[in-house]
Amino acid sequence: MAQDGIGAAVRRREDRRFLTGRGKYVHDIVLPRQLHAVFLRSPHAHAEIVAIDTAAAAASPDVVAVFTADDVAGLNGVPCAWGIAGKDGRPMKEPKHPLLASGKVRHVGDPVAMIVAESVAAAKNAAERIAIEYRALPAVTEVAEAAKPGAPQLYADVPGNLCCDWAVGDAAATAAAFAKAHHVAKLDLVNTRLVPNAMEPRAALADYEPATGDFTLYTTTQLPHVARVLIGVLMLGIPERKLRVVAPDVGGGFGSKQVVYCEEGLVTWAAGRLGRPVKWVAERSEAFVSDAQGRDHVTHAELALDRDGKFLGLRVSTLANIGGYVSTFGPNIPTNLYGPLLAGVYTTPAIYCEVKVMFTNTVPTDAYRGAGRPEATYVLERLVDVAARDLDLDRVDIRRRNFIPANAFPYQTPVMLHYDTGDHEATLAKALELSRWSGFAERRRAAAARGRLRGIGIVTYIEACGLAPSRIAQQLGARGGLFESANVRVNPSGDVTVFTGAHNHGQGHETVFAQLVGELLGVPSDSVEIVHGDTARSPFGLGTYGSRSAAVGGAAIAKAVGKIIDKGRKIAGHLLEASEQDIEFKEGYFGVAGTDRRKSFAEIAGAAYTPPPSYPLETLEPGLEETAFYDPVNFTFPGGCHVAEVEIDPTTGALEVVSYVAVDDVGTVLNPMIVEGQIHGGVVQGLGQALGENCVYDRANGQLLTGSFMDYCMPRADDLPNIVVATQSTPSRHNPIGVKGCGEVGTIASPATLMNAVVDALAEYGIVHVDMPASPQRLWQAIQTAVPRRAAQ
Amino acid sequence: MDITVTVNGRQIKATVEPVTLLVTWLRETLGLTGTHIACDTSQCGACTIHVGGRSVKSCTMLAVEADGAELVTIEGLAGPDALHPMQQAFHEHHGLQCGFCTPGMVMSAVDLAKTIPDASEAEIRAWLKGNLCRCTGYQNIVKAVRAGAAALRNS
Repeated sequence: MAQDGIGAAVRRREDRRFLTGRGKYVHDIVLPRQLHAVFLRSPHAHAEIVAIDTAAAAASPDVVAVFTADDVAGLNGVPCAWGIAGKDGRPMKEPKHPLLASGKVRHVGDPVAMIVAESVAAAKNAAERIAIEYRALPAVTEVAEAAKPGAPQLYADVPGNLCCDWAVGDAAATAAAFAKAHHVAKLDLVNTRLVPNAMEPRAALADYEPATGDFTLYTTTQLPHVARVLIGVLMLGIPERKLRVVAPDVGGGFGSKQVVYCEEGLVTWAAGRLGRPVKWVAERSEAFVSDAQGRDHVTHAELALDRDGKFLGLRVSTLANIGGYVSTFGPNIPTNLYGPLLAGVYTTPAIYCEVKVMFTNTVPTDAYRGAGRPEATYVLERLVDVAARDLDLDRVDIRRRNFIPANAFPYQTPVMLHYDTGDHEATLAKALELSRWSGFAERRRAAAARGRLRGIGIVTYIEACGLAPSRIAQQLGARGGLFESANVRVNPSGDVTVFTGAHNHGQGHETVFAQLVGELLGVPSDSVEIVHGDTARSPFGLGTYGSRSAAVGGAAIAKAVGKIIDKGRKIAGHLLEASEQDIEFKEGYFGVAGTDRRKSFAEIAGAAYTPPPSYPLETLEPGLEETAFYDPVNFTFPGGCHVAEVEIDPTTGALEVVSYVAVDDVGTVLNPMIVEGQIHGGVVQGLGQALGENCVYDRANGQLLTGSFMDYCMPRADDLPNIVVATQSTPSRHNPIGVKGCGEVGTIASPATLMNAVVDALAEYGIVHVDMPASPQRLWQAIQTAVPRRAAQ
Repeated sequence: MDITVTVNGRQIKATVEPVTLLVTWLRETLGLTGTHIACDTSQCGACTIHVGGRSVKSCTMLAVEADGAELVTIEGLAGPDALHPMQQAFHEHHGLQCGFCTPGMVMSAVDLAKTIPDASEAEIRAWLKGNLCRCTGYQNIVKAVRAGAAALRNS
C-alpha cells in the first residue's frame, strides 16, 4: 500500500482554504453589476390569492423589477425527477409546482413574488409595499388529519390529498404468516418532521451574456448536472449547452441541496430578462420555510412471531407527509427508500408495507440524510424491542435468532433487495464488547443509587445505498439514469487531473479520490487533482447523495483509471518492443513480464503526448485521457450495530447520553479518518432528532412554530458524548473497490438506538414507547402519566 | 457615520450606514468573506471574530459600534502562508467537514484557549455551545480545540 493510498488517514487537502477563510461559497461570489433578489413569501398556510398589487413596490427606490406568477406563466413548474406508481399501477398525482404561487398558496413560505433591486435592503423595503389580498382557507399540516374525510383539500384534482397509495411486498403471504402467529407485537409511532439545516443557507447567483446567450448559474447544489437539466431544460427551456451550473464550495447538503428549487430557476430567468447578474441568498428564517424538510411519518406496525421468537411476518402501514408540492425526489423517499428496508438484517419471510403519500399545507419533504432508511430502521428496531418485551426475550437474543446468517449471503429479501455481503453477528459481537453490554446491570444499579434511571438500547441495522443501478431505479420511477462519471486526464508531465460528476460538500472527495487514483496508478496522491462541481468541466454526472460518491463515483474513477492503464500498456508495449499482453502494470511501472525492462507511468504519459518514433500513430491515438460512466450492478448494503446508554432524571425528565458505540460495516475503508468523521456526524444528526429536533406547525393555522435556531433544537457541543466508532468490514461485491458507503449509516441507526435506550430506562414504569424527541418535557410527562397507572395496578 | 477600525492589523477609515451590521460590513465592504452568516438570530456563531482580542458574534454588533476597535477575522489569524496553531489542530484532527462553521469555530476556540488555557473537555463543550456545526458531531472539533490549546500553551 502506498503511504497515502487506500486505507491511509490522509489529512484533507481542502482544509486549508476553509481554515483560512478562503473557501468560496456562492454567497462569497460577487459579479460586476449584480442585482439582488428577495422573495415575498406567503404568511398563510393555505389561501387563495385574490389580488396582487406590485405597483408601489415597482416604483420603490432602486427596484429594477417585481415578478409574480403572471410573469412566469410561460415557464414550466419545478420538475420532479422521480415519479412513483401506486399499488393499482397508476402514476402518482403530480400537480404543477409553479415557480411563483399561482392562484393559491399551499404552505407558509410559498413564494408569491420576486423583487429584484440594486441592494437586498432596497428589495426588502419594496417587498413590504406589495399588497396581496388573500382569502384564507382551512389548512391541514398533520398527515393523519389530511387523510381524514372532510380534511381541507390542497388540490381540486387530488381527492383526499392522496398523492399516491403505494405498497411493497406480498399482502396475502403476510396475512397467512399472521394467521399462524403465536404472538403479534404492535406499535404505533410518529417519525418527526425535521429541518436539514446545512450551516450554509441556500444561495444562487445567475449571470447572462447577451452576446452569446450563455447563462451561468452558481448555486448551492449537490448535483450540478442534474440541476442543469431540471432548471435549464425542464424549468426554463434553456438548452444544456447554454447553461453552465457551478456548485463551488457548498456548506453541507444532507439532501436538502439535492433538491432543485424555484429560486434557482427564477434568478437564472431574471438574469436573462434583465441582462444583469441576479443573486439571492437565503436567510435562516427563510430556509426554515423553503428548504425541503425530512421524515414526517405516522406508522402502525405489527410483527408476527412464533413461539420461539422467530419473525414470521411484518405488516407496516404508514402515512407519509410530502408537504404542499411534489419535490424533486420527494415521492421516492417514503416509498422505495423505506418499504424495502423493512427486512432489516432478519430472515422475516413475509413483509407487506403500504404507504399513503399525502399532501399537506407544509414545506415539501424530500431526502434528508438517510432518506427513508432511518424511518424504516426506527419502525423495525423499535418493534423488535416491543416484541422482546412482550415475549420476555432478551433484546440481543431475539435479534440473533432472526439474523440472516453470514453464510446465507448473497440474500434475497421478500421486499426487492438483494444483499451482497454482511456479517451481522460480527458487528453485534464487537458492539457488545465495546459497549460493555454485559456489565450494564451493575451500571444501572449504580445509577439507581444516584436516583437516575439508566437504560441501554441496541439496534442492528442494514441500509441500501450507492444509489443506484439505473435499470432498477427506472423501474421504480427514476426519470433518469443513476450512474456516475469520471474523466481521468493524465497531463504530459505525468501528473493527473480527475474530473468527477460527484460533488464535495464536506465529504473530503478532493482528498479521498486522490488517494484512490494514487493507489491505482502507483503515484503519490498529491500528484492527483480532483475537479468537481462545474458542468463546464466534469462529464455528466448525477452528483452526491445517498452515500453514493465512493461506491458509484469512486467506481467510475476506478473504471476510467483502468482504461488509462490499458492504453498505457499498449504504449509501453511499443516503447519496450514487447507484446501488449506481456506488459504488467505494477506500482507505477509498466514492465515486460519476467524482465527488468520497464517504463514509469510518467514516461508513458510523456510518450503519449510527445510520441517517439516508435509510437504507432496510425493505430494508436496520442494523448492519455479516458472517460468512464459507471452504472452499479446493485445497491450496496452497509450495516452494523449501535448501542446507546442514557440516564434520565425522573424528577425533571432531563436526559444524558452517557455513551454511544457505533460498529459499522461500510465495506472497504478508503480513509479511516474521514469515515470516522462521517459516522460521528451522522450519529449526531440522528441523535439530534432523538433528543430535540422537531419541526412543529400550529395545528390551528398551519404556522411554523419552530422557525429559527431559537425554537428548533439543533444538537450542540454540550449535549453530546464522545462516540466510540469501529468499523468491521466485509467488502461489497457490487463495485470494483469494495466500498459500501458511510455518509448515512450514523443517522440511520442512531434515532432508534437512542429511543430504545430511553424506553429501556423507563421500563420500570411500564412504558413501552415514547415518541421522539426525548425532551425533558416529554419524558417527564411520560413518567407522570405512568406513575398513577402503575399505582392503580 | 464615520468610523476608524483596525482590521487584521490595518487601520481603516470608513463611512458606514448606521444600520449596517458589522458582519455585513466585513463581508461586503472589505471583502472578508471568511466570516460567514448562517442564521439571523445570533445562535450559530459562524460570524465569530475577535473584537479587542475577545470572540464576538459579528452579527450582534453594528459596524458603527466597532469604531476605535481592533478586529481580527479568520483571514488575519495567521500570516498569509501560515496556519495558527488552532487552525493546524483543526486540520490535524479532522475538525471540519464542509468548512462553513469553521472560521467561527476557530475564532471562538482561540479565545477559549486564551481564557481557559487548560480547559477540560466539558469546558470546551460548554464554551462551544454558541457555535453550531451540522457535519462533525463536534467530537473532532473538541479534540482539535484541546490539541490547539495545548499547542498554544507550549508555544
